[in-house]
Amino acid sequence: MSTTAEPQKLTKKQLKADHPTWCPACGDFAVLASFFNVVQKLQLPHEKIVCVAGIGCSSRFPYFVNTHGIHFIHGRALPLATGISLSRPDLHVFVFGGDGDGYSIGGNHLTHAARKNVNLTYVVMDNFVYGLTKNQTSPTTPVGRKSKTDPRGAIDRPINPMTQLIATGASFVARSHAAQVKHMNEMFERAIKHEGFAVVETLSECTMFYPGAFDDGNPRKGGTFDLVDEEAHDKTSIAAAMELAQDLTPGKFGVYYEDSRIPTKNEGEWAWIQDAQQAAGGASPKDLLRKRFAAMR
Amino acid sequence: MSETATPTAIRNAVIRLAGRSQDGIQSVGAFLAQLAGSTAQDVMTYMTIPSTISGGPSIFQVHLGSGEVLHPGDESDTLVAFYQDSYDNHLASLKDGGICFYDSENVTELKEERGIIHIGVPFTSATIEAIGGSGKTRGKNIFVLGMLCAVYKLDRQAITDIIAKKFGRKSEDVLRNAMLAFDAGYAWPVHDIEHMPMSPGENDPGKDRISTDGNTMLALGLIAGGCRFGAGYPITPWSTIMEMLRSELPKYGGMFIQSEDELAAIASAIGAAYSGHLAITGSSGPGLSLKSEALGYACMAELPLIVVNIQRGGPSTGMPTSVEQSDLMQAIYGTHGDAPRVVLAPRDVEDCFYTAVEACRIARDYSTPVVILSDQAIATRIEAFPEPDLEAHWIEPMLDLSTCPTDNKPYPLDRITRHAPPGCPSPDGKYPVVTGLEHDEWGHPSGSPKMHEAMTAKRRNKLKQLAAELPPADFYGDESGDLIIVGWGSTFGPIREAVDRLRAEGHKVSSLHLRHIHPIRADIGDIFQRFTHILVPEMNDEGMYGFGQLAMLLRATTCNPAIQSLNKVQGLTFRVKEIVVKAEEILASN
Repeated sequence: MSTTAEPQKLTKKQLKADHPTWCPACGDFAVLASFFNVVQKLQLPHEKIVCVAGIGCSSRFPYFVNTHGIHFIHGRALPLATGISLSRPDLHVFVFGGDGDGYSIGGNHLTHAARKNVNLTYVVMDNFVYGLTKNQTSPTTPVGRKSKTDPRGAIDRPINPMTQLIATGASFVARSHAAQVKHMNEMFERAIKHEGFAVVETLSECTMFYPGAFDDGNPRKGGTFDLVDEEAHDKTSIAAAMELAQDLTPGKFGVYYEDSRIPTKNEGEWAWIQDAQQAAGGASPKDLLRKRFAAMR
Repeated sequence: MSETATPTAIRNAVIRLAGRSQDGIQSVGAFLAQLAGSTAQDVMTYMTIPSTISGGPSIFQVHLGSGEVLHPGDESDTLVAFYQDSYDNHLASLKDGGICFYDSENVTELKEERGIIHIGVPFTSATIEAIGGSGKTRGKNIFVLGMLCAVYKLDRQAITDIIAKKFGRKSEDVLRNAMLAFDAGYAWPVHDIEHMPMSPGENDPGKDRISTDGNTMLALGLIAGGCRFGAGYPITPWSTIMEMLRSELPKYGGMFIQSEDELAAIASAIGAAYSGHLAITGSSGPGLSLKSEALGYACMAELPLIVVNIQRGGPSTGMPTSVEQSDLMQAIYGTHGDAPRVVLAPRDVEDCFYTAVEACRIARDYSTPVVILSDQAIATRIEAFPEPDLEAHWIEPMLDLSTCPTDNKPYPLDRITRHAPPGCPSPDGKYPVVTGLEHDEWGHPSGSPKMHEAMTAKRRNKLKQLAAELPPADFYGDESGDLIIVGWGSTFGPIREAVDRLRAEGHKVSSLHLRHIHPIRADIGDIFQRFTHILVPEMNDEGMYGFGQLAMLLRATTCNPAIQSLNKVQGLTFRVKEIVVKAEEILASN
């Protein structure tokens, strides 16, 4: 397609861009580090990586990665990435965002990108709070937690991101914790290798507004980090995945659901293109249009 | 007419068919339009459809002409009424001395003074008899077509060929029944009137002429312009463009997807634009409102994008199947912040094609969103015109993945943005971020006051550069005079016809029709200077200050106090007469 010199080995150094503007000790630093690890390990072609994000603290991700990137509007990163993934099957499309971006303002798009099984990798950095706008209640904020918009404590029940993600029909759903870099590495790698819509719900602490939110899943803070028992758990069963997702305090970490037999939208659309072009018998686009005009005489 | 001893050839015929949406009057209209196209006649149709699925009242009006036909006709020469309500509601549209065919089994005729000739024909039972005793009423539209073909002495062979082409695909039975119904209608004795043979068409018979509607030509224009990816959501009257692109684009190696909502549709189109394709999204009024935020993003991020808006009656859900031009300001300004973009408007069905191709060229050349403002009238009506020459109007789609330039600034201040889409390798190892945050030349977020000012100017100035390169607007008539009538979009036909009538009366009247609504060529003020009065007819409201949306814009850009508005918000197109009357009123005030 294009003329590139001898492919160099991709290093973390090459992947680093601006120093992140996140607050010190923000969980998102670990997610970024893990992303660098995995991309370097997999040696993805540098120019074929695309980082997409909407709006939020974690959605600043594309500025901190030296790859092709696009920073879009609040909540619409998934449909944007859908346009990229479908029109350019040669690219590796990554979407980064938070709980507000993905589960609240962009909630509708999550369902549809997942059920269409668009081929991309989606990392949700869930911190249970709106951080960039400085401490308002988010769709995952627990009942009773005080914020600037819930001074008496949150009234609305939070969504359960795992049951939500499984219910969308996503073909790969995993859960990880920003304090467990090795685990994140594994989850991201498996998500990238999955053909279809792969999402990793990653608990990523907001040290500024919601410190300690995920201590119960962090052994260094006295919590427990229990893995999904992949021998016993049937990953291709929605019922089993739902069962696993019932209790998330702190719940299990790992792959809840994975089914690589579900056809992707990319395959379906490109098969149509291939068939349509074959049926056209190699006619040039201009001739096709002329034929169309002829039918209107 | 009935007094005429021998039939005289007529040059124009306006036929209105009034029935319900399931009666197939649209296909009769379409057959007549296609006939005109194939016999070097000109045609323009006008239709109304109810926003309900079936059963609502519906009309289809066909204006056939030997020469140029510019509008669907103020009043009809012939009315075909299928039901009592169609008769009651549309008799007034018939001219004095016109002919009314009505279904004698459904309609009781009024005793009318205006010299109207009433002819009752049992459409339903005559059709049933012809086809062979089935209880179905299908086919009465084709019976009526046969009758009209006889009355106007239309080319019988040509029209039966069109029927064969249309029904032959279904089954032999369907075709046989259609031909039986047609022949029965053709042979029906219409004693009371003289036949009115149409003069032969005067258009260049050497040119291949096609007949179709505006949405079809817009969709095909986008294909010719190099659009290969799109996304949309169903809404009337935009949907037919989406449906056509969805089934056509795969043949061209492209893809059009149906999104979960309007926001997703424009987001996916922007995703494809970012990926290096020329992408398109579209909608009608309410959908454009929903797309506004992302449209502003495309202005800020400087991505090429086509946004089609098939205007309908607003605000809110408004009148979904009626025509209006009330989205002009939204198309130009709709979104937060200063977000300049290009707005073009096609003037008729044929022009939909060329406007779409030009929109594609501008979007690419200036790396900008371009809004195409069509409307319900152009979208659904059928016209006949020469087939576009693709050698002259074709843009080869290009996905340029050559290596990024070393000076790979996505937003250079001294030239127009040329994005390097993902997949382009970078020789210096630095990759660009496309963004909606205010940014510096490298795409890094920037809060600098000077940078915001400079970038705002960059986005504005590239469109000023476009304005300087635009061709002159479509000017008609003498260079100076008493009145210039300025229009945009589907008012073209009625305005042109009004100008012809006024000039025939000896008035010094010219017209100017704008395809480029935003930006506007700078010389428009000079043109206005040469006229005493300036009239802007628009299908939108006069607002708080007495001016329609384009008139407001023209007053602001030219500061010319002679600009006045003629507004119509009935969900109907202008009648020629309405423009003539207003013009005469202005001219008399001299």
